[in-house]
Amino acid sequence: MAKVTLQATQPIDQYIHLGSMLWSLGLFVLAIYHLIPLDTPVTWSVDWLGALNIAFSFYIDGLSRLFILLITGIGALIFAFSGHYLAGHPHRHRFFLYLHLFMLAMLGVVTADNLLTLFIFWELTSFTSYLLIGFNHAAARSRRAALQGLLVTGAGGLCLLAGVILLAQITGSFALSEILSGDLVIHEHPLITAVIVLIGLGALTKSAQFPFHFWLPNAMEAPTPVSAFLHSATMVKAGIYLLARLHPVLSEAALWMPLLAITGSITAVLGGVLALKQRDLKQTLAYTTLMALGTLTALLSQPGTAAVAAASIFLVAHALYKATLFLSVGAIDHTLGAKRFSTLFGLWQRDRLFAFAWLAAALSLAGLPPALGFISKEMLYDSLLQTSGTSIWVLCALLLANAMMVALAFSMSVRILRPSPTAVRTKFAFFETGGPILMALLGLWLAMAPKALDQAMRTLLATWGDTAASEIIPLGLWHGINPALGLSLVTLSLGLLIGRFHARLYRRLHRLPMVSFDRGWDHFLATFVRFAESLTDMIQTNRLSRDLSWVLGTLTGLALLIAWNAPAWPHWEWGPAPLKLWLIVILILAGTMFSLIAQSRIAAITGLGVVGIGVALIFILFGAPDVAITQLLVETLLVVLIAVALLNLPTLPKQTGIRWGHATLALATGFVISGTLWGITTQPLDRTLTSFFEQASWTEAYGRNIVNVILVDFRALDTFGEIAVVLTAAIGAIALLKDMRMRKR
Amino acid sequence: MNSLIYKVGANLLFGILLVFSIFMLLRGHNEPGGGFIGGLIGAVAFIVYALSENIAATRRVLRVNPEHLAVTGLTIALCSGLLGPLVQEGLFAGQWLFLGATETDKGWPISSVLLFDIGVYLTVLGAIIALVLEMERHL
Amino acid sequence: MEALLSGLIGLLFAAALYQMLSGHFLRFLLGLVMISNAATLSVFVAGRLTLGQSPLIPKGADAPLVEVANALPQALVLTAIVIGLGLFAFTLFLAIRAFRRLGHLNANSALPGLRPRKETHS
Repeated sequence: MAKVTLQATQPIDQYIHLGSMLWSLGLFVLAIYHLIPLDTPVTWSVDWLGALNIAFSFYIDGLSRLFILLITGIGALIFAFSGHYLAGHPHRHRFFLYLHLFMLAMLGVVTADNLLTLFIFWELTSFTSYLLIGFNHAAARSRRAALQGLLVTGAGGLCLLAGVILLAQITGSFALSEILSGDLVIHEHPLITAVIVLIGLGALTKSAQFPFHFWLPNAMEAPTPVSAFLHSATMVKAGIYLLARLHPVLSEAALWMPLLAITGSITAVLGGVLALKQRDLKQTLAYTTLMALGTLTALLSQPGTAAVAAASIFLVAHALYKATLFLSVGAIDHTLGAKRFSTLFGLWQRDRLFAFAWLAAALSLAGLPPALGFISKEMLYDSLLQTSGTSIWVLCALLLANAMMVALAFSMSVRILRPSPTAVRTKFAFFETGGPILMALLGLWLAMAPKALDQAMRTLLATWGDTAASEIIPLGLWHGINPALGLSLVTLSLGLLIGRFHARLYRRLHRLPMVSFDRGWDHFLATFVRFAESLTDMIQTNRLSRDLSWVLGTLTGLALLIAWNAPAWPHWEWGPAPLKLWLIVILILAGTMFSLIAQSRIAAITGLGVVGIGVALIFILFGAPDVAITQLLVETLLVVLIAVALLNLPTLPKQTGIRWGHATLALATGFVISGTLWGITTQPLDRTLTSFFEQASWTEAYGRNIVNVILVDFRALDTFGEIAVVLTAAIGAIALLKDMRMRKR
Repeated sequence: MNSLIYKVGANLLFGILLVFSIFMLLRGHNEPGGGFIGGLIGAVAFIVYALSENIAATRRVLRVNPEHLAVTGLTIALCSGLLGPLVQEGLFAGQWLFLGATETDKGWPISSVLLFDIGVYLTVLGAIIALVLEMERHL
Repeated sequence: MEALLSGLIGLLFAAALYQMLSGHFLRFLLGLVMISNAATLSVFVAGRLTLGQSPLIPKGADAPLVEVANALPQALVLTAIVIGLGLFAFTLFLAIRAFRRLGHLNANSALPGLRPRKETHS
């Protein structure tokens, strides 16, 4: 946190602080009492875009419930923490607003039924997290991190939208409830690869998976409670939620497994390695989140329900220990003014209860009994051992990543427990340490009495089928001596080994040349901007002829392309034309040619006048007296205006020969317009509106001139808008010259 | 312009055109004509006058600022449209009052629609006169 | 008839665009007048053509007795013509202003200070 000028804490702050906390807590309690006892999904829907069959609908099943509990529960503690952490900050009210919006958006993501509703909430989490990450907007680093997060997750969001639309095309529905309950076998559909890639991109960018992982550590620029919330229960977990949500329908498809397994494994190991490289506790935690997200993604790549069960328990365990650790880092940063590994020395002496919470979370991080992390890790190993084949590589990668977590937990614990000569009893704020202690205790309680969690997990698995839950053995710390326990022991010893040589490893890692994806992003962005600039320079030259040529060329090219691919051409019908019409056409063409070749301004305007009068004659010929009169009057006024204006304007430059390029382009565009218009006139005309006007003009609007009745009665609002445009144009034109007159004085 | 014939003719033409423009406005609902056409004819009338005299004289004849005329027109049109909601009908729904109507005769109709057309007339008239006068000022 | 007028409209568009492409703003204005004519005509033609019969209801009748010209495009075109005049006047005034300011009306020479180049991207 940057140092801020402290304002006196006002009573209203107390209300906002406690109110936010109680509101979130209320949602949590409501969810527990209202949703959890139900074992069937809840749906709720409001019509939104009826014509497109899109509803603002919600679907709350076991998976949604788990997420709701995490979001609201941890949210309440985050609010409690923030109120104290940001007390006196000049923008604290804004902060609470953003955090609320963010939490609501996140709740929307995990409860949405309609895929488009989900997408909208998804993007809302991107926007609100942008505001939160860039909360210290005076700092350039903060702004950069916020923009980076927004661009990466926003681009992913667009991919998600495309993927979601494709998915709806395949399944025929935007509703998740229908897609999930459908019997349609979609994993052999030819478009399924595209769906998985697009939705995968959305989820992987959101969950900061390799190679998009770089935005997450930068997002640490946010105030610590935001980081805690973003990392533990929200934002990055939205990607995980989406993968889990679509797991039942997509996990059988060919691409699902390799895509998620590879990115997940790489992210997990990379997160671990990068975490070992840090001295700053907050940064370390950021990278351990990468490891956790990688683990979750890799687990969800597996087709079986055992992996899903393991993922769900790991999700809870991670949310609890990560929120604990982040808030604890915030607390020591706030109270002791530093957040490096060395700051931890002697924490046990400072505050036993707080240190205990920290140790419990570290235990869970390391995956050791009796923490919840142990149960989830056993399930993880177990599920990966059940499935054969390539999952052995996933298993190895996750084992390595877990060992690095053990090493980190070891490093932290050693420092906390080692007495320090400088450490004295320190008073930490109740609101800042209360949350971590509560969550640490909750984690231990859930691990030792896993009945509640077991029940939640089984409700969650109901989405995967009625029998899915029965294959999972009850949660517990002790399942006898089995391969998973063996692997846990391997992890522990490997982790302790790494921890023992952490200092040496740290130096080695710093000497190792590494590709910086963060800098790569800068290069990408710079290249992108340069590309956009050169494209703009090419198309938008600020030279009239060239700019216009681009527009016309594109328009004509596209139209010709469409015409080329047209399935059928309309039937050519010339139709007889009266001699009068031919004469008028010849008159107009003569006027046009005259004005084209004219070298003097007066001649050119005369040509134009002939054209205008010819057009008026056409209106007279085809029964449009009103239009014809208007056309003639406007033509008159036009001539007056131009004649007066010419006294203020230069003469025409001499034309030398025909500009063949321009002539070709102009003729091609004219040809396209002719063809389109002719094509339109060969189609049958819908005269519903016209016949309504003809019938109602006298009987309802008491007017015999149908055109005038349309103008002043049936479509009067349009006409009103149009005369407003006339007036605006006149005012604008007059202002242009008036301004000049004033300057002259 | 310093032609006596034009000046005398223009004065005559100005009056005729002005009367004709109002005639076109009023008959517009049943025969070709209406606010747009009337307004354009009226503008032509004033331009004829402006060409024979000068800008100052034209402004004097007009008595009000043409911009104000146009804005008044737009306001009248808007007010006529707001009559509809006053009697719980749609915006710009036409309202009719037939004075002295009997079984066979519709009497003398007064309507918000005519009011609207007058608004159109004034807007078009004012806007175009303003444009032309501003342009001539820069000669 | 529609086919003949479609052809005419295409040619009008072509001539107008040729003028507009010339790069001189005065010719651009000439093209603008012509292209408005072509555009109004094309809306009119798209509503189909009926020879002679104006969309008026004769006295004593409740609706037109014979098939009359399509009134809807006429209403649309009528306002479009008036708006066209207003917008043309605006462009004309713009030309006068530009000429006074720049001393020429060549729209193919780069105008000064249109786009700030090289912003700093952070």
